[in-house]
Amino acid sequence: MRSLLGGVTLVGLAAGLVMGFAIAPREATQGNVQRIMYLHVPSVWVAYLAFAVVLVASIAYLVRRAEAADRLAHASAEVGVLFTGLTIATGSIWGKPTWGTWWTWDARLTTVSILFVMYLGYLLLRGMIEDRERGARFAAVLGIVAAFNIPLVHFSVYWWRTLHQPPSLMKPGPGTMPGIIVAALLVNFAAFTLLYAYFVTRRARVLRLEAEAEA
Amino acid sequence: MVWKDLLVERRSKETLNALFFFGLLLLFVFQFALGPDRERLAGTLPGLLWLGFILSGLLGLGRTFVVERENDCWEGLLLAPGDKSAIYVGKLAGNLLLMLVIETILLVLFGFFFNLDLTHVLPALAVVIALGTVALAAVGTLFAAMTAQVRARELLFPVLLLPVEAPVLLATVKATEAVLLGEPLGSVAHWLKLLAAADVVYIAVGVLTFDFVMEG
Repeated sequence: MRSLLGGVTLVGLAAGLVMGFAIAPREATQGNVQRIMYLHVPSVWVAYLAFAVVLVASIAYLVRRAEAADRLAHASAEVGVLFTGLTIATGSIWGKPTWGTWWTWDARLTTVSILFVMYLGYLLLRGMIEDRERGARFAAVLGIVAAFNIPLVHFSVYWWRTLHQPPSLMKPGPGTMPGIIVAALLVNFAAFTLLYAYFVTRRARVLRLEAEAEA
Repeated sequence: MVWKDLLVERRSKETLNALFFFGLLLLFVFQFALGPDRERLAGTLPGLLWLGFILSGLLGLGRTFVVERENDCWEGLLLAPGDKSAIYVGKLAGNLLLMLVIETILLVLFGFFFNLDLTHVLPALAVVIALGTVALAAVGTLFAAMTAQVRARELLFPVLLLPVEAPVLLATVKATEAVLLGEPLGSVAHWLKLLAAADVVYIAVGVLTFDFVMEG
């Protein structure tokens, strides 16, 4: 089952790369640089998905006290931080040639970097508590606070400043992107989501084995 | 719970003196770091003001539950009859009061050292400060209860609190900036709404999750 998920993920990622880098047309103004979008946008999607899963798993842990829920939250937070980092890295690489700078305190850059430090803190808290049950409880509380904070971060930073190009997907009115680009993006979305599921299941399994080894 | 509140207040006097001194030192540090240039100081004033508030807040809030541990009152807190969230509300009220006192003192000191006339903007400023302080204290009290039970708490507390408070800081600094320029509160209504929303969300989450923090 696990190796099946891994295999499908691999195929999906390969298909996504082919779609993004070979089949999708070259963008007129930005050139080939724009192709990093096929990694950048799915990364940020996975990050948000991961943090949403942290929220749900945290609530589930506090209600049910199932250790599986705690491990899911832990694994998901780790993968979420990883993909937030990937988002920042790919965004920087994209930003240098198009905006002329690696970093700017633009609205969404700031939002994502705040999320990054917020969930890094979450992982730090987990690492600092030896008592497994207490660590799980505290992490769940923090996971809930952090998730409810995301909309606040979003709006505050948006009003603070904005430079980022407006979202090109999911906005009202007819889309401006040709079908083939949307298709390439969707393939990458699917592949990254599979990759997320694969990482989380593997990580949760390792956490379970660690817990068993300790017990 | 009123009794608990009073206890917190009585105790807070010992922290109050230290925090007052800390605030004074902060002002010196700001002044030394930025030089005597009045123009530049004026531009950074809202940020400095909130930096002062949050730094002294971090020290004050972080001690909330540590004191209980040091005085061996922790078990008493745990065994206290009634709902645990009452402890949260009591601690929050105590912290709020403490922070507001410190902030008032800091504000007066800022006015004195930077030669500001704050009287005409005071009502608007008070609204911003009150809303922001509630948001700081609400999460701060919850996190203080957690980190008091963890090693390296002095380190962990700010590391957890600062990222979460990022939206509150953005909102308060921007709103303070506008208010100090003499703009009416209506011009920063969106920030005030955000702060009010943050207050409601933080207190609600705090009340609901505090039980789980105080279990063991």
